[in-house]
Amino acid sequence: MNKHEPVGRKLDLRNGRVELSHGSGGRAMARLIGEIFHAAFDNEWLRAGNDQATFDVPAGRMAMTTDGYVVSPLFFPGGDIGKLAVHGTINDIAMAGARPLHMSASFIIEEGFPLAELKRIAQSMGEASRAAGVAIVTGDTKVVERGKADGVFISTTCVGIVPAGLELSGDKARPGDVLLLSGSIGDHGVAVMSKRENLSFDTQVLSDTAALHELVALMVETAGSAIRLMRDPTRGGVAATLNEIAHQSRVGVRIEEKAIPVAPQVAAACELLGLDPLHVANEGKLLAVVAREAADALLTTMRAHPLGADAARIGEIVADEHCFVQMTTAFGGGRVIDWLSGEQLPRIC
Amino acid sequence: MKHVDEYRDGELARAIARRIAEEAQGERAYRLMEFCGGHTHAISRYGIEDLLPENIRLIHGPGCPVCVLPMGRIDDAIRLAERKEVTLCTYADLMRVPASGGASLMKAKANGADIRMVYSTLDAIALAEKEPEREVVFFAIGFETTTPPTALAIRLAQKKGLANFSVFCNHVLTPAAMQAILDTKDGVEIEGFVGPAHVSTVIGSAPYRRFATDYHKPVVIAGFEPLDVLQAILMLVRQINEGRCEIENQYRRAVTESGNAKAIDEMAEIFELRDAFEWRGLGEIRKSALKLRDAYAQFDAEKRFSMVTKPARDNPACECGAILRGQKRPQDCKLFGVACTPETPMGSCMVSSEGSCAAYWAYGRFRQYETRRNEARKAS
Repeated sequence: MNKHEPVGRKLDLRNGRVELSHGSGGRAMARLIGEIFHAAFDNEWLRAGNDQATFDVPAGRMAMTTDGYVVSPLFFPGGDIGKLAVHGTINDIAMAGARPLHMSASFIIEEGFPLAELKRIAQSMGEASRAAGVAIVTGDTKVVERGKADGVFISTTCVGIVPAGLELSGDKARPGDVLLLSGSIGDHGVAVMSKRENLSFDTQVLSDTAALHELVALMVETAGSAIRLMRDPTRGGVAATLNEIAHQSRVGVRIEEKAIPVAPQVAAACELLGLDPLHVANEGKLLAVVAREAADALLTTMRAHPLGADAARIGEIVADEHCFVQMTTAFGGGRVIDWLSGEQLPRIC
Repeated sequence: MKHVDEYRDGELARAIARRIAEEAQGERAYRLMEFCGGHTHAISRYGIEDLLPENIRLIHGPGCPVCVLPMGRIDDAIRLAERKEVTLCTYADLMRVPASGGASLMKAKANGADIRMVYSTLDAIALAEKEPEREVVFFAIGFETTTPPTALAIRLAQKKGLANFSVFCNHVLTPAAMQAILDTKDGVEIEGFVGPAHVSTVIGSAPYRRFATDYHKPVVIAGFEPLDVLQAILMLVRQINEGRCEIENQYRRAVTESGNAKAIDEMAEIFELRDAFEWRGLGEIRKSALKLRDAYAQFDAEKRFSMVTKPARDNPACECGAILRGQKRPQDCKLFGVACTPETPMGSCMVSSEGSCAAYWAYGRFRQYETRRNEARKAS
């Protein structure tokens, strides 16, 4: 991505399309990078024009993560692939309790993709990264022949700093710990589904895509190492995340259906489509397992932040050699919550 | 959610459950078959069996269209989809149903067959219009609930003059299957039926009358919400206690005696009875399925592509057949949860979300039994 301003004609950002030459390493590529990506992400590291970004880091532990984004459609109510690519990767860093520092972005673009849409995506990423305070400091662009990709795929990598003394991990849940959820579930999945070809339905549900690191920073400040672990329930939803926790920690999980916030519109859409909101993806929610004595204070802290306003205590960790996730239904019966079987919805993020 | 939450009210559920417990007579066995997968699903999801006394046993019926489709018909669909000119449109839950030799539509698609997942028959019509050079075939399955939409699609294709649209018809009839279960010689003992919900909105309650008059079995047509099911169980308990055999309608908010006349007429106009049709688990059942009338032969994929169904044998260890007849429960099958899971289904009951095995798996009912068994073992 790091090329100097080339000579020649500017890109036609209104009607132009990505051509194979935009990925060939020549002037056309330099134009694409300069006029779209540098313009949108502008920062001192990109301006330096090197093949890598260099920066100082404080002593201590670092966190690193990477994620690919192939969501379809690229634009959906409440967000787009660009926002998702920034928020999702930041959240993976934040779930370690870490403070995200910088990120990279790699684009695989299909020949013929409209430049105007690419610009819109890049601008959205730029906005998201500025709002989060996490600069996109390096990147890569490839163009593949028409039909070999679907519009654009994005990969982002992020590094962050873990506060001293904090060691969150999926194997740290213990019987008696409390399970907190930061807000209502299923919004992202339903928002994306509502715009899918041959599934489109009218709904005002917006994706919950958001960067959670500021909420996490407050949580860490309040509860510190009383927080055993955090996870963002993306693909596979809350059900998958709880099963992961149960298996990693060799414990059981019990949740109360009544305690789990689900927006009425999301509940209605799930009803219509035959989905369980527990299996539907989220992009701006987190689950935290916390020591019982710290749970109330942590919940109060979460609720004081806009991204945790609807936070709720949804259950607890129990001893269970089978590692079952069980739910008391609102109806009064009980049932096991399993991982989602098969593919509910491909390309949700 | 209005019009949904009131049918899932926990307080009311406990009140009905108390009444069932009071009225069920201890010395009597109440073996009740819920015909539909939709009911099986609600029973598992809401834990209805936990609320019932021990002598009320729910037997899961064959009312899952994906489950009862014999393997040979899936083989047919795969052969069809492998034809270069054909685009096969199917509902998503058929994609992973195991076919002969470990094949499936999903695998055929990965191998290059043009198979599209659709959500309605109208999606298939739209596709046929958009891609006139393709032979678009809709893989039609289901009971009387999904037959009218197929009829509508054929009617629409005719009106639009679509020459590239046809239907691979596998529509089957509910009352015929209920009768086959009762006629099975060493079949399962059943005292009464929780009758179909959505099917009955189309055909009405009248077609079940023969089960009361000829077979002396009470039938209570019930909605798919958990309170509907509980109330229907209470109504069946009362009929059995009082020695009545009637067709009662718990699902009055949607079902009438005569059904949906327009849908029935349209089905009769386009479809006619097959002499016989094979059901997985139930075998050949006479007059149990529909085919397109000759007047609509151009839309009949079986004629258009000269399809001939070859018999196919299920995996001998798979108990789907006995489970569909109500003779076994999912956890009675050796494959269940071991070789056969939703990720690697061996039998159709594990594939469809309406199948008993899938419902038991998804809501972990079998695991609770397992846990209880383990606890009992430890205690003793």
